[in-house]
Amino acid sequence: MTIALPDTALHRRAGSLTRHINSGVVIFLVLFAAVALKQPSYIEPAGFMNFLRRAAPLGVLAAGQVFVLVSGGFDLSVGSLITLSVLGASMITGGDPSLTGAAIAALYGIGVAVGLINGIAVAFLKVPSIIATLGTLLSVNGVAMMWSGGSPRGYLPDNFRAFGRFVFRDVPLVGQLPLSVIVLAIVAVLAWWGLHGTVFGRRVFAVGDNPRAAELAGIRVDLTRISAFVISALSAVTAGIMLGGFGGVSTDVGQGLELQAIAACVIGGAQLMGGRGSITGVVFGALSLFALFTLLNLLGLPQALRDTAQGLILISAVASGAYRQRTGG
Amino acid sequence: MTLALQPARRRHRAFSVPLLLFIGSAALYLCAALWTQSLNQLSAEGIVGLLQRTVALGTVALGQTLVILCASIDLSVGSMISVGAVLASFIMRGAPAMMVPAVLVVLLVAAGVGAINGLVIAKLKVSPLIATLGSGLILQGVLSSGFNNFAGSVPPAFQAVAYGAIGPLPWSVLGLGLLALGVSWLLRSTRFGAHLYAVGGNAAGARLAGIRTDRVIVQAHTLCSLFAGLTGLYLASRLRSGAPWVGRDGVYDLESIAVVVIGGTMLAGGRGGVWGTIAGVLLFAVIDASFNMLGVPAFPKQVIRGAIVIAAVAVYSLRNKGHVA
Repeated sequence: MTIALPDTALHRRAGSLTRHINSGVVIFLVLFAAVALKQPSYIEPAGFMNFLRRAAPLGVLAAGQVFVLVSGGFDLSVGSLITLSVLGASMITGGDPSLTGAAIAALYGIGVAVGLINGIAVAFLKVPSIIATLGTLLSVNGVAMMWSGGSPRGYLPDNFRAFGRFVFRDVPLVGQLPLSVIVLAIVAVLAWWGLHGTVFGRRVFAVGDNPRAAELAGIRVDLTRISAFVISALSAVTAGIMLGGFGGVSTDVGQGLELQAIAACVIGGAQLMGGRGSITGVVFGALSLFALFTLLNLLGLPQALRDTAQGLILISAVASGAYRQRTGG
Repeated sequence: MTLALQPARRRHRAFSVPLLLFIGSAALYLCAALWTQSLNQLSAEGIVGLLQRTVALGTVALGQTLVILCASIDLSVGSMISVGAVLASFIMRGAPAMMVPAVLVVLLVAAGVGAINGLVIAKLKVSPLIATLGSGLILQGVLSSGFNNFAGSVPPAFQAVAYGAIGPLPWSVLGLGLLALGVSWLLRSTRFGAHLYAVGGNAAGARLAGIRTDRVIVQAHTLCSLFAGLTGLYLASRLRSGAPWVGRDGVYDLESIAVVVIGGTMLAGGRGGVWGTIAGVLLFAVIDASFNMLGVPAFPKQVIRGAIVIAAVAVYSLRNKGHVA
């Protein structure tokens, strides 16, 4: 008995240790090590910062998406909302730098509206979120095309594009610090506080885990769901503003990003159908996915195999998670 | 209590929902045609044209109905359709002699993809959304890295699948009708159908009752991918060649789910049927045709279409007292 006791305690500690190390962090370290082996400049500060800069929009998107995933839903509309943000920004500003502030305010207004529509369709009209956000995906894409006349027009003023491309030079320690990395850090801290540090965050977990129990405990399930969709939409607008700075105006900037965001969350240990997930995990999940894309580029594989690699990593992340859960490890 | 109520409720649903949708679609079509005075749409040719537009989505949706009934889902059908279309025209290369081998290869590949989907879901316990999302990405990636345009072509004999007709009735519409009858028979009169409803309604209960739930899920997914492969063959025939984007451009994965749900099949599984799905497909085709008659431009059409998907599903789900996510 006395021999057995420390034994089990040891096992439990080992078990909890593996459980506390997030799968997203592990996958990121492995993939980034592979990237660095292939191209050593990536571990230098400048190379790493540039990597972070380009991965930042996906990180922001995943940090918003995880609120919806933890609450038990999906948000498929974020990709088209990004397209709408970029096209909308070019239509509103028309290249005029003085209109940047107004454009950003208008985009966030649109984001809140789309989030509310998603949330209301799910919470009050009781449409399953996969269908509801598919509907808004189609509609938002249609609105973006109507607004821009089907082809990208105009260009974005430089002060708007700064969110994607401005870099602070001569920063101590890291040398250079892109503005988009700062945005990612701020969004990650805000999202971490929102999900892990507030009563609202607890409610999101409770709703995702068991909506009926949450309701009986006095939680407004509908309002919690709607807020989660609004947060996801706001993060999509933020990612859209950053992506506008990267590549400029095009009609397919957001294409496929909704799946990448969900993939990032899943790699980071978020559970579909709700109740589990962490901001640290999903941000590292996004970095992992981006490291994977970088690695495929460095290996000279065709762009199309990105999808294949993404599919494989998605299935294996979830399968290993399911296996760990079954074996209690 | 609930056990006694169940059959009665199912029969009631199976009759009312599809019938309501059929009547609604017919009324909408009639109104649009009369309003725009496009009376030629009401002729036999107009209606046959309308029916022909249901074939591709209808075939995928039949397969999707099977997997949704057992509480699973298949998001890989869009990519599977592209794979089927490209493989078919690539193997045929315009040679009539290669028609049979091409069809066999497509169906084998489709069955293999479906079986893998089912095994990943049933044995590795990966959520069906992720498993099929992942397999769709894998297929699309492999396909797009191998082909970036229309590949090969389909011999005229194979184009008869899409363009041939017996009297006024096209082969393809007849084929969809037969497939629907077949699936309906499968669901109502075979052991597999009964097991499918059982697994979808309560997987744990079904297992305790001695049903091999894993096998049912694998079979349902295999059938679903086979239907997607058939759709690919049909599209290759209609487009005279296959390109790696035919499935994605049709949004078949998401639209097939939407019509299944509109047809009254619950996403949670265990309740629904074939005729609701067929009625949902018809409703989509009618909405498209009406937009064309009314001359709605492409982009506003997309906006309204999105709203209709949400509204149509909301009509059913509002009755639902429980939570949905």
